[in-house]
Amino acid sequence: MSSAAELINPPPSKLVVDHVTKSFKSQSGWLKALDDVSLTVNEGEFVCLVGPSGCGKSTLLNLIAGLDTPESGTLSSDGQPIIGTGRERGVMFQEHALFPWLDVLGNVLFGLQLKPNLNKAECIDIAKYYLQLVGLGRFIHANIHELSGGMKQRVALARALAPNPRILCMDEPFAALDAMTREQLYADLQDIWAKRKKTILFVTHNVREAVCLGDRVVLFSPNPGRIREQFHIQLPRPRDINSVELAEQATLITRALKQHNSQSLTAE
Amino acid sequence: MKRSLVAILFFASLVILWQALVSAEIWSPVLLPSPLDVARYLWAAIMDGSLIEGSWVTMKRLLLGYLIGCVIGLPLGLATARSKYLSDTIGVLALGLQTLPSVCWVPLALLWFGQSESAMLFVVIMGTLWSVLIAVDNGARSLPPIYVRAARTMGSSGLHTLVKVILPASLPFVVGGMKQGWAFAWRSLMAAEIYVTLLTGYGLGHLLHFGRELNAMDQVIGIMLVIVLIGLAADKVLFSPWERFLQKRWGTGS
Repeated sequence: MSSAAELINPPPSKLVVDHVTKSFKSQSGWLKALDDVSLTVNEGEFVCLVGPSGCGKSTLLNLIAGLDTPESGTLSSDGQPIIGTGRERGVMFQEHALFPWLDVLGNVLFGLQLKPNLNKAECIDIAKYYLQLVGLGRFIHANIHELSGGMKQRVALARALAPNPRILCMDEPFAALDAMTREQLYADLQDIWAKRKKTILFVTHNVREAVCLGDRVVLFSPNPGRIREQFHIQLPRPRDINSVELAEQATLITRALKQHNSQSLTAE
Repeated sequence: MKRSLVAILFFASLVILWQALVSAEIWSPVLLPSPLDVARYLWAAIMDGSLIEGSWVTMKRLLLGYLIGCVIGLPLGLATARSKYLSDTIGVLALGLQTLPSVCWVPLALLWFGQSESAMLFVVIMGTLWSVLIAVDNGARSLPPIYVRAARTMGSSGLHTLVKVILPASLPFVVGGMKQGWAFAWRSLMAAEIYVTLLTGYGLGHLLHFGRELNAMDQVIGIMLVIVLIGLAADKVLFSPWERFLQKRWGTGS
């Protein structure tokens, strides 16, 4: 295989979550992180999962990534059941999770070198392509600790994209960044998503962020973790997080979120 | 430049203080020889070959025992960190034996191996092994689990994860453990050499011991100086390159 062939976009996959339940043991007994959750994500769709902490949105992402298994229910990607992790599902974590013993290029190469049929030179070509894509072409030999928070997340994005997954799972990837850096990354992520069509699941607790990025915003509520409401966002892209239309949508969704929250609190 | 100047001044003033104490004649010159006497002894010992020979014998024992201790201790430490069963058995054993001062192994080694090189080797290995094992175990245990999770999402598993993720991620602790192991190996060998006379070769510990027997304080202090200098040199040669690498990549350390 050549690096050019490897860079061709694979068709993004369709993801189906079917009646999934998952509980965790906590100090006060069993906690139902996900209670009978069903969700279908279309090919190439950008879906944001929003909710307060403990609502199970990260749990769902871990299940989709294959880092955890559901108690009951099934998950499938293009009809194939999800069992364990897989290269066709890339993951980006809130903490950048980059390997400090490798430089920037080495981190992006890590996943590539695990792909069969790629020689070293091809891997390096591909890694450089993605580092260019995230705007770090000049930093390929930098050490991780020398990078700013935003740059680290860019490397993490390049690393997740490099094996050319069909689904990208992002777990609050920008939560720890300052507002300026975040806004730049919103623009860049939309741009990259347009270039490298992926199905994206994006977990966040920031409603505006969700409206800015998502085709669809899925609201979760905690105790037990359930999907409450879904919003299709029809604003034109690329979206600016400071636009008035976006703020209006976000206000609407925030109101719904608060309502669901108070309901789940009184139900307790 | 400024830093090395400060260091030179510091050590020069230590020698001057030493000479001043000697000149004050508070203690008998038999108990406190002058720096010049010690230097004269060291020069003579270098010229007659006894110091070079002794250092060589000691280093041979030390390096071999240390190497064996590390080769066993490193993988065992990684293993006890990964497995609850190994942690409850080998881990507890290691913790227990590490608290045993390594000189306590000397009587046992003498009865098992006689006055031989094997006895020396055994004591050094026992001094190294457990502390390396425990340091590596502690290190591997405190690894952020996110590294392994991230590696899994990229298709890494089993041996690949161990070699390409867990081992390099533990590097700071491995280097720390090996450094501690070195200190323990050095201590245990000195104790063994002072304690046991071996006909197969006189190490630095023996020279120290003979110095005491002959009431030759210049020899005692001279050999102690040599032991300190070798320790410092080993630190620079064996560990400094690793620590520099860690500092560059991880951005940690001084």
